[in-house]
Amino acid sequence: MNFSVVTSQFWPLLINGLAVGLIYVLISLGYTMVYGVLRLINFANSEIFMVGTFATVIVTRDVFHYTSAHDALHGWKLIASLLLLLIASMLFSGVTAVLVELVAYRRLRSKGTNRLASLISAIGTSIMISEGVRILTKSAPVPTPRLLSKFNLFTIGSVAIRIDTFMVIIAAALIFFLVDRFVTKTLLGKAIRAVSMSEETSKLMGINLNRVISATFLIGGLVTGAAAFLYMQVYENTVFNIGFNLGLAAFTAAVLGGIGNIRGAFYGGLTLGLFEQFASAVIGGQWKAVTVFTVLVLVLLFRPNGLFGEAIQQSRV
Amino acid sequence: MANLKNINLRDKGANLWEGWDRPKRTAFVVILIALVGLLPYGGNFSFTSILNTPSSSYQAVLVYPVGMFVLMALGLNVVVGKSGLLDLGYVAFFAIGGYTAGLLSEHTHLNTWEILPIGMAAAMFAGVLLGLPTLRLRGDYLAIVTLGFGEIVRIVALNTQSIGASTGIASIRTPPKTFGLQFDIMHSNSYFWVVLAMILLVIWMIRRFTVRRPGRAWEAIRQDEDVAILMGVPILRYKVWSFCIGAAIGGAAGVIFASKTQYVAPNMFTFNVSVLILSCVVFGGMGNMWGVILGGVILAYLPERIRFISNARQLVFGITLVVIMNLRPDGLLPRKKREKLGAAKKAGENV
Repeated sequence: MNFSVVTSQFWPLLINGLAVGLIYVLISLGYTMVYGVLRLINFANSEIFMVGTFATVIVTRDVFHYTSAHDALHGWKLIASLLLLLIASMLFSGVTAVLVELVAYRRLRSKGTNRLASLISAIGTSIMISEGVRILTKSAPVPTPRLLSKFNLFTIGSVAIRIDTFMVIIAAALIFFLVDRFVTKTLLGKAIRAVSMSEETSKLMGINLNRVISATFLIGGLVTGAAAFLYMQVYENTVFNIGFNLGLAAFTAAVLGGIGNIRGAFYGGLTLGLFEQFASAVIGGQWKAVTVFTVLVLVLLFRPNGLFGEAIQQSRV
Repeated sequence: MANLKNINLRDKGANLWEGWDRPKRTAFVVILIALVGLLPYGGNFSFTSILNTPSSSYQAVLVYPVGMFVLMALGLNVVVGKSGLLDLGYVAFFAIGGYTAGLLSEHTHLNTWEILPIGMAAAMFAGVLLGLPTLRLRGDYLAIVTLGFGEIVRIVALNTQSIGASTGIASIRTPPKTFGLQFDIMHSNSYFWVVLAMILLVIWMIRRFTVRRPGRAWEAIRQDEDVAILMGVPILRYKVWSFCIGAAIGGAAGVIFASKTQYVAPNMFTFNVSVLILSCVVFGGMGNMWGVILGGVILAYLPERIRFISNARQLVFGITLVVIMNLRPDGLLPRKKREKLGAAKKAGENV
């Protein structure tokens, strides 16, 4: 226990907490949006994230042929590479998410079986993906070549902000803003919200349920893929079970904000990211997963609708 | 596909069983138990040597994984199959049993048989601790909380120096010589018979539970919680009970496992074990004991027998879960359908 770090390291912890929190926000959208339409936890979302991290590595290494010996990129080449990587990672994750829906949920949904069957089928799909990758990578962690030379961009007060942290914060906030606009303003977004309010009524209104559910999985997957790309730019390493702890944390973030609620996920992710950073500075990083889990159980016990209660519940997906 | 669904070996077996009188049933059970008890010798004769496993000793495989997984699958079946609560952290109870055995063997002079009830009690206590707050939650929340719990127990074991951190606890004592049976690495058969005895005990216990009040309460909770509440079933109490019984069986398995391998370490108790046991339950048929036993035997034994599966074992289990849920959600041997059919027939006659 070392409480003095909270004051002495306040600014770096705050900035890191923001960056981690925003990554959680993006992953938790994959949980929260699917929960909104299906009322089921998207157990494979952690694997969708994992696929995104590997997509980043594969495209950097095998398509762009960058190696770790490669000099860092500059100028337009850097920006173009990063953008292409972001798109590739999003696409891989998005396609995986749509496939997950087809394999794990669709048939069971059309038969109208009980929830237990869908849950087990989703868990099976998740294990299939992560084990497939484990066998392919022989359980070894896979590094990605560094594209971005990590210099300090500027300093606020006493803390230097590194370019990758800065990029994560700006990009993640921007992506979240776009998703939020999409869901509230477009026709498809409206359809998604309608399905999440009432499946029956939206069917009667002529909404193609299967299409909307696929679209929801796609959007959730795209956003999770973006999170995977951003994560890889900061941490530069991935492994087959990387999604396990991140997935649990992102799910906790979704529950914190009230699951099914997009804006809630934003606050939930930030709260959890900051809390986790400060807590692990105080009690040690190896207890991070335990902290997150404790938060999850406490929230489910005392505020199962999320920390922010009914006011935000109105703006459910 | 329709034909595949209508095959119900379980009902055929049950019909046969019900046609027999008492002596016939007793004889059948005695012969069955004797045959299973003789399984460790199966590797010795040329006509049964097909049972032999290539990479590890056949007698050891019968104890772990086969016997252990059947035992744990029976325990998890109480939770998942009977009461419909998806527990994804079952390995936690196994780990608690194993670590209790390790710690008590290190710090006290208790032997395995004295540790066994303590290990079960510790696992049950953990079951109550986890169950009381979380069993109020809806099904999918419960799944993710138990998933987290299983991982937390491992992480706590990994980060606590006093219980050996990543190296775990070594040189756990084997059970003392009991009824002329010796327990050590050379005598896997003794362990097999102990595990078999435990399995028989659990089968007997669950059969008793199923026909009595707890069994009916679990069935009601599984079918529809709201209706169960309306009918006055104290659902939280029975859920916690089902959790505890499952935990106790997992804890017992953990104690025996620890005394067999003589050491425990955090990396033995990963999420994979939970998945494996869940696969046994789902593959064989949730809620039906004989199906679960069959599922446990097949899924534990085949990867040992067929070498190329053993690396891709988890992958096979993942696929099993998806395929079984989509094509035959009741598993290989589904739970009783006869009551339903009988009821339908009666209703038909009355009309």
